[in-house]
Amino acid sequence: MSTTQASAAAAGPDEPAADNYLTHRRGVRSWLLTLDHKRIAVMYMVAILGAFLLGGIFAVLVRTELLTPKPVFLGNAAREWDLYNHLFTLHGAVMVFMFVIPGIPAIMGNFVLPMMLGAKDVAFPRLNLLSFHLYALGGLFFVYVLLGGVLQAAFGIHLPGGFGLDTGWTFYTPYSTGKSITGVIPATMGAFIMGFSSILTGVNFVASIHMLRPRGMTWFRMPLFLWGLYATSIIQILATPVLGITLLLLLAERALGVGIFDPALGGDPVLFQHFFWFYSHPAVYIMILPAMGVMSELVPTFARKHIFGYRFIAYSSIAIALLSFLVWGHHMFVSGQSPLANAIFSLLTFSVSIPSAIKVFNWLATLYKGDIRLQTPMLYALGFLVLFTVGGLTGLFLGALATNVPLHDTYFIVAHFHYVMMGSVLFAFLGGMYYWWPKFFGKMVDDRWGRIAALVVFVGFNLTFFVQFVAGSQGMPRRYASYPEKYRIYHVISSIGAYLMAVGLVMVALNWWHSLRRGRPAPANPWGSNTLEWRTSSPPPHDNFAKAPEADDPYDVSAWRFDQASGGWVHEPAQRGFDVVVPPTKA
Amino acid sequence: MSQTTPVTDPHDHPPHLAHHYDTPQQQMASGKLGMWVFLGTEVLMFGGLFVAYAVYRHNHPEVFEYAAEKYLNKIWGGINTLVLITSSLTMAWAVRCSQLGQKRAMVTLLGLTLLGGVAFMGIKAVEYHDKWKHHVFVGPTNIYRQAQSPAQGESTASAKPAAPAADSARLKQEDPNIGTSDEPRLRPLAAPPPGLAPAAKQRGGAEVHDPQRNQRLLVSTFFSIYFLMTGLHGLHVLVGMGLISWILVRGLRGAFSPQYFTPVDLVGLYWHLVDLIWIFLFPLLYLIH
Amino acid sequence: MWRVLANSFWMPERASTHAETVDPLFYFILGLCIFFTALIVTLLVVFVLRYRHRAGHQQQPSPSHSTRLELTWSIIPTILVLIIFYYGFRGYLRMSVVPPNAYRIDVTARMWNWQFTYPNGYSDGTLHIPVDTPILLVMRSEDVIHSLYVPAFRVKRDAVPGRYNRFWFQARQTGTFDVYCAEYCGTNHSQMLTKVVVHDPTDFQKWLVEAAEAENRLDPVAAGRKLFEGRGCTQCHSSGTTKLIGPGLQDVFGSQVRLADGSTVLAEDNYIRDSILHPQKQIVAGYGGEMPSYAGSLTDRQIDAIIWYMKSISKHHQSPLPSPAATAPTTQSVPATVPRP
Repeated sequence: MSTTQASAAAAGPDEPAADNYLTHRRGVRSWLLTLDHKRIAVMYMVAILGAFLLGGIFAVLVRTELLTPKPVFLGNAAREWDLYNHLFTLHGAVMVFMFVIPGIPAIMGNFVLPMMLGAKDVAFPRLNLLSFHLYALGGLFFVYVLLGGVLQAAFGIHLPGGFGLDTGWTFYTPYSTGKSITGVIPATMGAFIMGFSSILTGVNFVASIHMLRPRGMTWFRMPLFLWGLYATSIIQILATPVLGITLLLLLAERALGVGIFDPALGGDPVLFQHFFWFYSHPAVYIMILPAMGVMSELVPTFARKHIFGYRFIAYSSIAIALLSFLVWGHHMFVSGQSPLANAIFSLLTFSVSIPSAIKVFNWLATLYKGDIRLQTPMLYALGFLVLFTVGGLTGLFLGALATNVPLHDTYFIVAHFHYVMMGSVLFAFLGGMYYWWPKFFGKMVDDRWGRIAALVVFVGFNLTFFVQFVAGSQGMPRRYASYPEKYRIYHVISSIGAYLMAVGLVMVALNWWHSLRRGRPAPANPWGSNTLEWRTSSPPPHDNFAKAPEADDPYDVSAWRFDQASGGWVHEPAQRGFDVVVPPTKA
Repeated sequence: MSQTTPVTDPHDHPPHLAHHYDTPQQQMASGKLGMWVFLGTEVLMFGGLFVAYAVYRHNHPEVFEYAAEKYLNKIWGGINTLVLITSSLTMAWAVRCSQLGQKRAMVTLLGLTLLGGVAFMGIKAVEYHDKWKHHVFVGPTNIYRQAQSPAQGESTASAKPAAPAADSARLKQEDPNIGTSDEPRLRPLAAPPPGLAPAAKQRGGAEVHDPQRNQRLLVSTFFSIYFLMTGLHGLHVLVGMGLISWILVRGLRGAFSPQYFTPVDLVGLYWHLVDLIWIFLFPLLYLIH
Repeated sequence: MWRVLANSFWMPERASTHAETVDPLFYFILGLCIFFTALIVTLLVVFVLRYRHRAGHQQQPSPSHSTRLELTWSIIPTILVLIIFYYGFRGYLRMSVVPPNAYRIDVTARMWNWQFTYPNGYSDGTLHIPVDTPILLVMRSEDVIHSLYVPAFRVKRDAVPGRYNRFWFQARQTGTFDVYCAEYCGTNHSQMLTKVVVHDPTDFQKWLVEAAEAENRLDPVAAGRKLFEGRGCTQCHSSGTTKLIGPGLQDVFGSQVRLADGSTVLAEDNYIRDSILHPQKQIVAGYGGEMPSYAGSLTDRQIDAIIWYMKSISKHHQSPLPSPAATAPTTQSVPATVPRP
């Protein structure tokens, strides 16, 4: 019955489209000047993964240096620690500004958001292209800084504006304004420009979600990934401009000697910290909210169940976005802030932990009485659950005033934020990439190797970072190039873990590369999700949908059944207004 | 607009409707929402500067009063305010004209708005020139800062200040205001600067030896804040003028009609924000005592 | 017993009374973390095993929301975090309110060493304190933000330039404990280490008096060497010829020094003094000009001693060095720029 209907219809979504967004137009200009959100997403992907590689190389170098208490290979006698200081700074700056903050929204948000809305593009396609080019331009500034560092270290050539960056990614004054002789100016300019990329993406997503929802998709029938992106966009819009002005003030101070932050000129260095953290704390929620959005897609899809507690998850996303603006002072408990301010920030910090806890319990409850498939994306999602639990709970130590004092600026903090930024955001990023990869490129990724790599990354991650909690509580300060002998054991374990994790991530990269060259052609809906992006071919055509799909409950997967022959999920029974899925005749 | 025609594309929609929108109304509403959100980001950005202003004003009110009184001209500021408010009026009127399809009136009013912008920047140039003459600009070349480090010309922020001035004659030589009629307004600090314990006054370097130095430095800080705020605002005025010129040209070419006037509307919104920011800047910098 | 084990696994020794405030809260939170992690991981594993897709597994219907559950797992965590907040705040207040009779020591942080000044005016690079006595540290920084951190005492406070930050603690056992700088401050941040030595009270008084006198009793060269080693000079200068962040000081005195602007200058007493008080005035060729000024923290007498020390390590200085017997402590210490308390 379905076959007759199928043969009557035009090429069903399960057949690789003759003309999809990748083949639609050729040539470099058709990519660099594209208005297609999908192509923009792919360009972001290349740049962002490149940034991740760079940041990762720095991390491996940092951990190699820390294998021994004394410096081994990073520097000459006169400037022993300097190279190390550049490495940890650039690791942080590149990872934060070029990978974690843009990561999920720029790649998966850009590609998937319009499709989840059944739309042809985002609200402002040209603005979207501008966002990408601003990201690239800001990235060029960072490349300049790096190049300057390399030229200086290797050949003694000085580029104007300074070389490398050794202020820490936090740019604390007055070191960054008055003492550092590195490329603070180009680096802050790069971050400033990238900030606008972020802001404009936020504007775009907010307008898209408000304006481009199809008929039938009310706010509470929207996929939770979109709620996550919406909450993220709110933060991007409200917080990033403050970073912009902070960096501008930093630039003015350094270039013109303004005197806002330098005490020798009548300024207040702690004011910088207030400005900086007013953005940078909400920024960490820019990182985690999209990741949580991805989780809300992966868990119900692979558990074959409706997400548990939809409204609570949606509300908690908004709550997190709003509360995140009230807690920045918890980075400054020991800076000399008044006890009253400290108390208020501490109390508010605990408030922001509750919505996150609610989400974790809801995802867990989604697993209950499910029909769980442990494919690669799901392994990353489960990893997220564990690692985010640890990361989030260790935040309790840091929100409490008395325990924050000895733990601040130690490896405990380093471990905490890596558990949430890397263990959680990176795992969600990888899970999302594996999940949407077939849709992006029309190729399946080898699941067996994907699962092995996921396991290697998980073990390597915990080996790297769990011991750092102990090192930190035992007193090991952060940003140290050398350390007392008693901390050596922690560092050795941590470095071994880092190498293992690097191996796992290389396996992931090879896995993806192999998929592009020789992956099995992907069906329209390889995972059986009911969100709208799966109602079109993999990869999608230029305009996303031959016919705009109708919205229904995004988490109702009951109408899908797995079709062995095509290796994908098919909708049964076929519904009106919705392309019929045809198992392709296997060639 | 999309680069290519989609698979099913009946080109029977208005030329200004983008392909990813279903109706012109949806497109217009989308554009407006986007612009309002963007304006929100601008408010946050300037907000940071307002906070910096507020912090320093709260900590050193006498410095701000002195500098504003001595160097900022209320009259010019007031004229600028009137100019911008009037230009907002002409802008809003121009939007109305575009809605009604009155092309000539719209273009004229846009031109007047542009003129307002030019006048604003002109007056700003006059004010800035005045400060230039008095050497009260941003950074190390500010006269109040130069008085601190006579040994170094263009001092960088990293250099430590030279030895303190110990006698009043030298003080007078360094601070052009001492002995003038303005001096009473600069109330010297009888107590040490806040946050410095008495015992430490006897230790430490040049900072505490000369209480007046801190105040002079802060006048320099005031001007840094002043220039950053008005400068950033001025930049936005220039951008606004560019945008108005762009839609003026498009308007002359007949791009707008009662069915499609969104760009005029959105540029109008931007211009109103620029005006609004000035309305906050003016009293805070020029008027408050 | 378990607590003792846990004690040495997570935290260094409890050397101050603050540790008695911090550690119980730490272990309480740790207990909660372990409990909830175990709970969530166990549930996760159980669910994945029980409900994994396999032949013969029939998925049972289940609700997709439960307000009761939502309230439960919202309210219980809320109560728990409020408890944590309360004890955290209370402990923090105890750590913040300085006892009225605290023994005050002034701390000066600079790139990259610590200087502790005792009430009798004596300055040292190591922190010496009496046991069982509340100690108040008043900190200032001469350049960038540093942070004094004593893990064994569970204390940490930033030293911020342009203001005074103060905190207090009370050591409850004698011994020597590590002191770190915990706020990144540049090249030698990880070298900005020192120690806190906790004495018996009578022992402490004895040490303080002796240390202050010893400085006066030393001959200038020895005093100069002590200052060179204790005041952070070695962070950037070697006493030999090794080029570090700053030039090696051997054979500098009496030599012709090439400056960054191309001129040369004879390195005699005035040059050395200027280099210490106004280091930006004449920068040696090939170096970055990063030396901070010691104006206000070294007395004239101390600068004299340093100059003698530099003479002692220079082949260009021919005349005899002062012998220990030839020096008697002068009655007045004239400060280089400002009086010391």
